[in-house]
Amino acid sequence: MSGDPWAALSQDFAGEPADLIPVLQRVQAAEGYLPPDSIRRVARWLKISENEIYGVATFFAQFRFSPPGRHLLKVCLGTACHVKGGEQMLEVLRRRLDVEPGESTADGQYQLERVACLGCCALAPVVSLDNKIYGQTSVLKVQELLDARQKREKP
Amino acid sequence: MPARNAKSLEAQRSRAAEEWAALQNNSRPVIYVGAGSCGLAAGAEEVIEAMESYLAKNKIEADLLRVGCIGPCYLEPLVDIQMPGRPRISYSNNTPALIQDVLESFFEKGEVYQRRLVGHLGADGGDGLPRFFDHPMLARQVRIVLRNCGIIDPENTGHYLARDGYRAFEKCLTLPWTEVLDIVKKSGLRGRGGAGFPTWRKWQICRENESDTRYMICNADEGDPGAFMNRSLIEGDPHAVLEGLLIAGYTIGARQGTIYIRAEYPLAIERLRRALADMRELGLLGERILGSDFSFDIKIKEGAGAFVCGEETALIAGIEGRRGMPRTRPPFPAQEGLWGKPTIINNVETLATLPHIIRHGAEWFSQYGTETSKGTKTFSLVGKVRRTGLIEVPLGMTLRSVIYDVGGGLVKEFKAVQTGGPSGGCLSEEFLDLPIDYESLTAAGSIMGSGGLIVVDRNTCIVDTAKYFLNFTQAESCGKCVPCRVGTRHLVHILERISQGKGELDDLAKLEHLARSIKGGSLCGLGQTAPNPVLSTIRYFRDEFLAHIKDKRCPAAVCRDLVVYRIIKDKCTGCQRCVQVCPTGAISGPRSEAHNLDESKCIKCRSCYEICRFDAIAGDAIVIESRA
Repeated sequence: MSGDPWAALSQDFAGEPADLIPVLQRVQAAEGYLPPDSIRRVARWLKISENEIYGVATFFAQFRFSPPGRHLLKVCLGTACHVKGGEQMLEVLRRRLDVEPGESTADGQYQLERVACLGCCALAPVVSLDNKIYGQTSVLKVQELLDARQKREKP
Repeated sequence: MPARNAKSLEAQRSRAAEEWAALQNNSRPVIYVGAGSCGLAAGAEEVIEAMESYLAKNKIEADLLRVGCIGPCYLEPLVDIQMPGRPRISYSNNTPALIQDVLESFFEKGEVYQRRLVGHLGADGGDGLPRFFDHPMLARQVRIVLRNCGIIDPENTGHYLARDGYRAFEKCLTLPWTEVLDIVKKSGLRGRGGAGFPTWRKWQICRENESDTRYMICNADEGDPGAFMNRSLIEGDPHAVLEGLLIAGYTIGARQGTIYIRAEYPLAIERLRRALADMRELGLLGERILGSDFSFDIKIKEGAGAFVCGEETALIAGIEGRRGMPRTRPPFPAQEGLWGKPTIINNVETLATLPHIIRHGAEWFSQYGTETSKGTKTFSLVGKVRRTGLIEVPLGMTLRSVIYDVGGGLVKEFKAVQTGGPSGGCLSEEFLDLPIDYESLTAAGSIMGSGGLIVVDRNTCIVDTAKYFLNFTQAESCGKCVPCRVGTRHLVHILERISQGKGELDDLAKLEHLARSIKGGSLCGLGQTAPNPVLSTIRYFRDEFLAHIKDKRCPAAVCRDLVVYRIIKDKCTGCQRCVQVCPTGAISGPRSEAHNLDESKCIKCRSCYEICRFDAIAGDAIVIESRA
């Protein structure tokens, strides 16, 4: 959202309680997560209590309550990825980046997420880095991917 | 000029048909790239870049079209080349380097490139080349719902129109709703989302409810892990789903349609947005569509990630902006649904089947399938089969035929096939000759579900698989019913204990008892089916559970606490590759001498095993085996 995101929001939505989830999705798209201030603002606008908004937002997997890392690394743990070694990939990445799934690295560079299914099961196991999906990967290939990325980013 | 009535739509269609025909009898080269999510994951974007730079460098004018998934995902990225006067020829597993050879052969030598050639997609002879649809993965399929996927450009509405798009909807507008309902009733179509409820029956209940407003919802919240049929279908042929939504909306008398789709499917959402804009332009949405009395509009709602929203009443709660928790039924959504009004929720595939039934008739559709399960069904055939991908077969085909004829069998020994996602079950070898239909699968202790078929071999542990599914449903349980919320957690605990070698003999009885209580005491489909993976695995793979419990062994060498990594000294050449990749320094040893693996430091991450197999001199010096 460019310009004032809140102005765009009030243009696109009538401001009814039923708009809650799409409004939260837009806020998260703009800010990366749902900061307490924004939730307060949504509460006043849609006339829903903050408690209730947290109730809804924490129910759904999509919403985050802390700032995400710059690069989003998702490890798919759908059934096909599970039987082809997705868990080990998550374990290796967890150690390498020193984070738990759902957290970002200390330097704020990477956000590690486990997801139920990216829908590319025929190419399992898969990971996605910043929404680009990598198929038929492995504990080694995923590390090569990070090596290449980290090398490029070092000055 | 945008079409606004039936006549102008027909004019638009004949223009589109001319363009489509011109594309078939092309005067300049046309290149088709499989650019669905799976194609992209396999590297289609890099292949497209390589082709574009080749064409630019050699100043070749060609059309490059991005098409959806044609099915054999394991052959992606697929690229089809159609030279003027030649059929459309498909090549598999392309990379930027390999596609260079294909292009050089066609454009510089004027020859059909022979390697990695899958087949031609032309209507006739095809220069003596094999037909694409004779490929063993495709030969036994019946492609009705998927007929356009991978063939047309999904972002070009003209392609859909040219192939009889929206004709079925136009036909419906000339019929009273009762007649449309009757065609669907005679066709025997049942819901493709999982439960298999007769589509017409649900519609009739909704329509016969006195109400000023009714709602139509398309459920595209494909939540089963291991299933991607709906994603592929929307990405490859969005208008088929939208036409079905119009037909359903017309029949039940709704004015508003909503597509509830997973936010994890960005490409599918984008395709739907474009398609909706085109429909508006063509006068297929809005007031008095094509000059009829039918007014209808469609909007998209992105699901925020909750498996339980596959349950109708939970999905409705999500659309209304509440926590996605199911409620008691009756009243059923067809009686009181969205905002308390009669509402129909149909799965993506159910809707995409409708235009074909209307166009070709109920009898044509019901020639496929069995007595009680009519038509075809799409499946995502994945796991340890040789040929993975999206398939469509007539209902009633046996599991064996799907796994071995279509899927090409397994490399290692077959162990089980998992159907129906987390609500389904694992079937053993003795069920391979079971016909795939709603009743047979339920009788065997699994379910049809939305269409995930995950094939596993002897390297997959059954206890681990059951634990995987229960972990999933436990995390996704909304928490409303205690037996589901607490019961699934206990199932996971017991399964974890067994997989750690701490199981006791009466654990199996405990699991079964608990599973029955959860099934009986839960409000919605999630809880009622969550124990299925446990019950079916205990029933058909009891020996494997006993091996974990009594012998503290994992025969498949998967359960972490029961396996060891070992270096075979005679085979190890001391190349040090494993030493370099081990994240915990568990492997040591000087170059050219057999290495040592310190079990106390090993975290069993597979890194050494993989590097030894693919990148080391010995190739098989590291083994993973069950503790004795």
